[in-house]
Amino acid sequence: MAPPVHSEITLTVNGEEHTLLVDHRTTLLDALRERLDLTGTKKGCDQGQCGACTVLLDGRRAVSCLQLAVAAEGRTVTTVEGLADGDRLHPVQQAFLDLDGFQCGYCTPGQICSAVAVIEEHAAGWPSAVTADVRPEAGPPELTAEEIRERMSGNLCRCGAHVQIVRSVARAAGAEEAAV
Amino acid sequence: MREFGYERAADVEGALALLGTDPEARYLAGGTNLVDLMKTGVARPVRLVDIRELPLDRIEVTEAGGLRIGATVTNSDLAAHPEVRSRYPALAQAVLAGASGQLRTMATVGGNLLQRTRCAYFTDGAGPCNKRLPGSGCPAIEGEHRNHAVLGASGHCVATHPSDMAVALAAFDAVVSYATADGPGELPLAELYPPVGDTPQVETALPPGALITGVTLPPAPVAARSRYRKVRERASYAFAIGSAAAALDVQGGVVREVRLALGAVASRPWRARAAERALTGGPATEEACTAAADAELAAARPLPGNAYKVPLMRNLVVALLTELAEEAPR
Ligand SMILES: Cc1cc2nc3c(=O)[nH]c(=O)nc-3n(C[C@H](O)[C@H](O)[C@H](O)COP(=O)(O)OP(=O)(O)OC[C@H]3O[C@@H](n4cnc5c(N)ncnc54)[C@H](O)[C@@H]3O)c2cc1C
Ligand code: SF4
Ligand code: FES
Ligand code: FES
Repeated sequence: MAPPVHSEITLTVNGEEHTLLVDHRTTLLDALRERLDLTGTKKGCDQGQCGACTVLLDGRRAVSCLQLAVAAEGRTVTTVEGLADGDRLHPVQQAFLDLDGFQCGYCTPGQICSAVAVIEEHAAGWPSAVTADVRPEAGPPELTAEEIRERMSGNLCRCGAHVQIVRSVARAAGAEEAAV
Repeated sequence: MREFGYERAADVEGALALLGTDPEARYLAGGTNLVDLMKTGVARPVRLVDIRELPLDRIEVTEAGGLRIGATVTNSDLAAHPEVRSRYPALAQAVLAGASGQLRTMATVGGNLLQRTRCAYFTDGAGPCNKRLPGSGCPAIEGEHRNHAVLGASGHCVATHPSDMAVALAAFDAVVSYATADGPGELPLAELYPPVGDTPQVETALPPGALITGVTLPPAPVAARSRYRKVRERASYAFAIGSAAAALDVQGGVVREVRLALGAVASRPWRARAAERALTGGPATEEACTAAADAELAAARPLPGNAYKVPLMRNLVVALLTELAEEAPR
């Protein structure tokens, strides 16, 4: 007998619970955009390569185009729409605005969600591929421009707004001195 | 994409039972490789068994002083773990060199080991490819093979295994644990990926339906001074065109122990035993490191389009080993 190909799932998105019936083939990205009308999250490549679809899944950044919606059942999602506190923008959003961390804006929601996570990962002491000494004895790396570039490298920007993206992340992290 | 059923397993027994003996069912971990291949039609499972919630997400120090790493530990958690970073720094570096921050939070240890090749004829999903459609031919040999294998390939397939993590695991003698309905089993990583021969479609030595439960690293004091280096066509976020994991113990100018494994050069992470033998017990000089690299690469059989990999790997190995030798405490 063929197994069922749809399931009812519950997702908590930006603090609100949603129950929906999904075809198992639906990605979290398509569920957000097409079913919940949260079109802030963008589709670039749909293959995990560009980062435009980055959201926070249980607080960690993830590419929503390779995440099946059904496999996100019961989990908590934060999209770019859920970062601000009422009219007060998230510090990362504010920094992108103040420093022109974008041009066309298509990659920006993914950049911003990614940056929120980068700042938390760095604060938790996570090393990166450019960290000279990854041993815990070496202590946490400073959030230099090189570190920010590496940590943000999963987010492509076709407009080439990278210079101001790096500055925006540094400002939001309070690391402008090290990074600029 | 083909329609499919989805079930979530809560424990190992449950996962094995849900998968059963159905050849068209697959385990779903982070999905970063499987979902990608399902979109292009290269993978067409009829059922997915989600294993992300299995209690296999821990990293423990073993009594012997090695590490036991659960199969569903994410790449992010593996690379951030203090015991990994201090006991096997090259492993943390290898994981950090792979994919991106938003993929590593999803990708798991088991899925990383079993990710498929990035050969474009394979991922294309149409046209001939011996790995995808056994017996249909290997267009890469006459066609685009810039990033294909130079070691251990066959006339039937010249694809590489793309994992960075597995290269460091190979250097440190990792053992893969798995579960089946008939009981548990173990395989040294060196035996997980069988030789290509004329069966490139057979990618692992795991029994059908086996669930990888974890990876164990035996204690290796030499690994505390280890390093992973990856060469790619852009500065970050790209698969390797060549990589190496090395660990070196030098005392009084003499090599006591060396570990070396190479990536992006073969259908599996390539443990460089010939180079290790050439270097062990001798001086840790640049000449000796060069001779060791040459000893390993003597077996290389490059194609016209990837001959560059042989000098690239030679330079990479020499640079990495001499660097470790120079930093050795005197
Ligand atoms: C854009 C992009 C760039 C990337 N760059 C790199 C890179 O530079 N270096 C690198 O190493 N990797 C890279 N990757 C690959 C990535 O690391 C792998 O996709 C990931 O590690 C796979 O893990 P997963 O948990 O998502 O596996 P899944 O996609 O869930 O599974 C992969 C396969 O393994 C099987 N499987 C998973 N877990 C188990 C288990 N416990 N037991 C038995 N079978 C299992 C599945 O059935 C499936 O066949 C990249 C991926 C993308 C999309
Ligand atoms: S190298 Fe292997 S995977 Fe690539 S086309 Fe040839 S047979 Fe297929
Ligand atoms: S749309 Fe998901 S990474 Fe490009
Ligand atoms: S701002 Fe246009 S793609 Fe980045």
